[in-house]
Amino acid sequence: MTQPASTASSIRKCISGRVVPIRGNDIDTDRIIPARYLRTVTFDGLGEHVFEDDRVAEGHPFDNSSYAGAAILLANDNFGCGSSREHAPQALLRWGIQVFVAESFAEIFFGNCVSLGLPCLQASAADVDRLMARIEAEPTLVMQCDIEAQEVRFGADRIAATTPAGTRQQFLDGSWDALAQLLDEPAAIEAAAARLPYLNGF
Amino acid sequence: MSKNLFEKVWAAHSVRDLPSGQTQLFVGLHLIHEVTSPQAFQMLRERGLKVMHPERTFATVDHIIPTDMRDRPFLDALAEEMMVAIEDNARDFEIPLFGMNDQRQGIVHVIGPELGLTQPGMTIACGDSHTSTHGAFGAIAFGIGTSQVRDVLASQCMAMARPKVRRVEVNGTLGEGVYAKDVTLHVIGALGVKGGVGFAYEYAGEALDRMSMEERMTVCNMSIEGGARCGYVNPDETTFEYLEGRAHTPKGADFHRAVEWWKGIASGDGAGYDDVVQMDGGAIAPTVTWGINPGQSCSVDGTLPRPEDATGDAASIVEALQYMGFEGGQRIEGTPIEVAFIGSCTNSRISDLREAARVARGRKVASGVKALVVPGSHDVRDQAQAEGLDQVFRDAGFEWREAGCSMCLAMNPDKLQGRQMCASSSNRNFKGRQGSPTGRTLLMSPAMVAAAAINGKVTDVRDLLN
Ligand code: SF4
Repeated sequence: MTQPASTASSIRKCISGRVVPIRGNDIDTDRIIPARYLRTVTFDGLGEHVFEDDRVAEGHPFDNSSYAGAAILLANDNFGCGSSREHAPQALLRWGIQVFVAESFAEIFFGNCVSLGLPCLQASAADVDRLMARIEAEPTLVMQCDIEAQEVRFGADRIAATTPAGTRQQFLDGSWDALAQLLDEPAAIEAAAARLPYLNGF
Repeated sequence: MSKNLFEKVWAAHSVRDLPSGQTQLFVGLHLIHEVTSPQAFQMLRERGLKVMHPERTFATVDHIIPTDMRDRPFLDALAEEMMVAIEDNARDFEIPLFGMNDQRQGIVHVIGPELGLTQPGMTIACGDSHTSTHGAFGAIAFGIGTSQVRDVLASQCMAMARPKVRRVEVNGTLGEGVYAKDVTLHVIGALGVKGGVGFAYEYAGEALDRMSMEERMTVCNMSIEGGARCGYVNPDETTFEYLEGRAHTPKGADFHRAVEWWKGIASGDGAGYDDVVQMDGGAIAPTVTWGINPGQSCSVDGTLPRPEDATGDAASIVEALQYMGFEGGQRIEGTPIEVAFIGSCTNSRISDLREAARVARGRKVASGVKALVVPGSHDVRDQAQAEGLDQVFRDAGFEWREAGCSMCLAMNPDKLQGRQMCASSSNRNFKGRQGSPTGRTLLMSPAMVAAAAINGKVTDVRDLLN
């Protein structure tokens, strides 16, 4: 599976949907998708194994029918830390997640999400807390993640939810898939290679 | 003001600024392995793209391969499929592959340096978060996801925002029985598992100056566990001495010119940093993790935190204590273990095995403990055998295996069972990391793992070294 190149369908301005809250700091990618599911040459079918080992315990949000069909994942601090496995966001994408809102994200996870067209929006700890409590009380609440306005709206309420300016722009113009840009100027790549002593016999 | 190494390497590899504000960065060395590459090659095929610089790309197999029975086809059909995929992809795209029976095979972060592929001043990328290891040579090395593996294959470049640089100085002299692993666990404990997000770490100070290349690799390896995507040490005589004569290191006059360039790429005197932190290496004790992330650690003679006294995240402490079956306030020393694992890209090099063997020599693994030693590469394995270390381990009751990742992430048959408690020289103590969803991991230095194996419980290695 590969994502579409920059097209109208790749533009991400505002994503609406229900929300699934995942409480806890430092949720690592081993928990999002255990290593045994990395024994595969495609990303297909990963969706059904999301959080599999955490879901052995009763009452995991991914097993709660009230959250079925959620498009937004709400998390606390340092979400997606640990392994670089892109299988983690790929699995969440295949489960149905289209956008993340958290106190903060681990860097490689954030980059992987951008490559897949999945915006990661950062909100304050207090706002995430408030939002989690609200969602848990009213699981079917529909929220708007407005990437353009850098805010999340729910009911009459709104909170700031931001992503760096360059990343925001990539989602607004649909250019989040970097490969096309990286191939744009092959002469510049060769010029850089020609400058490097270790590629040119020192 | 003079520049630091990170700024110089970044500038030397910048192709251009992208509209997103990121930099298009040329990647000098791309390392791939069987787990995070098949989908990337598939994406290339779908778009009809070639590998731009197959001669700057090197492939090996490490994550899924068995470390005992290595007959093909593998018993695990999924693992076999992945092996076939990397063999086909390497052949179709003309990438050198160090396959299972190749002398150059091993864990990707062990063989890069060993073969002299990893050199100062390079940018290095690999679809694995511990790519930071290569920073030990003064390279800027990043772990990347599979879509970025595709990007690097197709364009030899990646799109990246420039991080800030924090200098982490560890001064003083490490005590007997205190290793690079203890230093890195201490740094992560002090700065936090997300303390390095947005930063590259420059490790420096007397303790780092005195470390061997292998020890520096252990420190840089775990940068990502502290949230920093890359960590590095400035190249010095130790670096040059390690590199001279290796398979891919420049030879003769080229080597001397290389050394001049490498010296020039190091951080200049008076270089600026976005942040500087200092630590006293002399105050670091053998360190053990007690929780479910690498920042949850204490000295071997210390006690676990009580959630009620916590200044920070009490909920995380409660969750970790509950998972591990520990009580706040208890001592970590004396914790019974059932499995001992010496291996992984953090601690499977020859010096690691020598230190562990020093502890194991003439002793026996406690009854009921399964102990295994998994060398990081074919070369490490051969060297250890030449020194008789394999016999030391076997005599003590350790299993002696072939090179691979093994129980670091348990994608091969080496796995914890049930709630087994494992003393491990690897880098992650996440829930379920070692193959059992309820398995428990205590991270420590390889010598400490050997000590735990011998006594059947967490032990202060200093008691066995005296
Ligand atoms: S040893 Fe562990 S951390 Fe290192 S590359 Fe292999 S799986 Fe990853």
